[in-house]
Amino acid sequence: MAMTTLSKSGASVPTNFIRRFWFSQRWSRHIGSLLRRAASLIFFLCLWQFLSTIKFNFFINFYFVPAPTEVYSAFVSFIGSSPWIHFQSSIARVIGGFLGGSILGIVLGLLIGSSHLVEEVLATPLELLRPIPAVAWIPMAILMFPDSEIGMFYITFVGAFYPILVSTQKAVESSLSDLLMIRVGQCLGASYYQLFRDIILPSSLPGISAGLVIGMGNAWFCLVTAEILAGKYGIGYKTWESYVISEYPPIVMGMFLIGLLGAFSSQVILITTNRMMPWRQVTKGSL
Amino acid sequence: MTTSFLEVQQVSKSFGEKGSEKCVLSNINLEIKPGEFVCLLGPSGCGKSTLLNTIAGFIKPNLGKIILNNTLVQKPGPERGFVFQKNSLLPWMTLHQNVGYGLKIQGLPKHDISKKVEHYLELVGLSSHADAYPHQLSGGMQQRGSIVRALITNPKILLMDEPFGAVDAQTRIVLQEMLLRIWAKFGITIVFVTHDIDEAVLLADRIVIMGVNPGHIKEIVEIPLDRPRSADSTFLDEFRRLKLKVLTSIREETSKLMLIA
Repeated sequence: MAMTTLSKSGASVPTNFIRRFWFSQRWSRHIGSLLRRAASLIFFLCLWQFLSTIKFNFFINFYFVPAPTEVYSAFVSFIGSSPWIHFQSSIARVIGGFLGGSILGIVLGLLIGSSHLVEEVLATPLELLRPIPAVAWIPMAILMFPDSEIGMFYITFVGAFYPILVSTQKAVESSLSDLLMIRVGQCLGASYYQLFRDIILPSSLPGISAGLVIGMGNAWFCLVTAEILAGKYGIGYKTWESYVISEYPPIVMGMFLIGLLGAFSSQVILITTNRMMPWRQVTKGSL
Repeated sequence: MTTSFLEVQQVSKSFGEKGSEKCVLSNINLEIKPGEFVCLLGPSGCGKSTLLNTIAGFIKPNLGKIILNNTLVQKPGPERGFVFQKNSLLPWMTLHQNVGYGLKIQGLPKHDISKKVEHYLELVGLSSHADAYPHQLSGGMQQRGSIVRALITNPKILLMDEPFGAVDAQTRIVLQEMLLRIWAKFGITIVFVTHDIDEAVLLADRIVIMGVNPGHIKEIVEIPLDRPRSADSTFLDEFRRLKLKVLTSIREETSKLMLIA
């Protein structure tokens, strides 16, 4: 806040000086933070390398755990052997499941959250299906969808759908219980539709966006499970196949790739949804 | 014309389950003339906010009715502007969007809304904050925004629920004087809830003093102080005399509350 007022007040010499000083301070803080993060990463990689090399075996057995160097060479040979088809297939499945889950999750969440009737009709069956883990859906997915591609879409969809559904529903319910905001709209003459569009929906956005971030993560979560159904391609498939043929370094590589892609896409969702809510006051660290 | 503009007829309201109901308003009768500034004053629990919410249409009375300009009040509507106690600007809209929201609901063209909003923001000295979000504004600024948001749709009456209760004493004086200027300029009718005796005497044509257990109208005090008034008016002998009169009346109610609690 202080900074914006300063920069708005014109480009006088002292202001510029303060600004440069402030930015340089921020920048050095940034570098410090990056260094600490990198150091911790390197430390854990070294620890892992060490434990694998000495074949540490006390409670946890590192005998079969490939060392970082082995994982790295697995990655190099994977990259060298036309890997894009694997990335492509997996990303398409995740995006498909996520989009399907988002659309249905948000629409049903809005309806269940705002209508007693819809809740009575839909909530019970949805709630009974919710705790079923993705892996338990595999046999049914094979039986229900002759096309395995649709089966995989279905499993990532289930993963993304539920967190989005539940957080949308809860967000709408809490918006509806905010009597003050609703009264503001009512006394200005807003219709039910206008109340929903201008008050309920925007005040539910933070909750919905949290659901989207978790849903995106869950879609990646379910990818390995889904790609058990795959015949050929996919990072999850690659991971599973390596396990079946007892080739360990590619398993860890697959795990890492899924982790990285999952974290990256969750960040994309987080940044996109935050852009949609410039009005939000984020006060972390005020405690 | 001296006919009443707003009529509260035998309004009673109780909350809670049958059998263990708590009567909040008991047989309230009140007539307000057009252009009048009326303050509802009383200790907490006297039902002054409930009465205001009933006039706004947020709450339905169990008995009796509210008539505004020969029309029965049944639900909230834009002909009754409402200013809430605090934090009532919609957080996801800029100040400009908040103030123009009532006009957007009515379907006015964007250009017309913008022009009108700019005019109203100027009226309360907030032109330079048009693009700020509510959390970037001080409490006093938010209340000013909330007042013009209620005014912009040309309501017949402005209902205000302790609008300056949450701002600091210095800001409150500025806001009170600003409200008096707006009231004089627009010639609008105002019903203003407060528990601050100074505020009520400074602003009102008439003060409706409410009592507790159950909420009822105890006394109506005329405030014949000259207009225009400002914070300076609070030093007049006449002001002190009226304040003492109100204080004495309200003290009885407050002490009743203390004995029970």
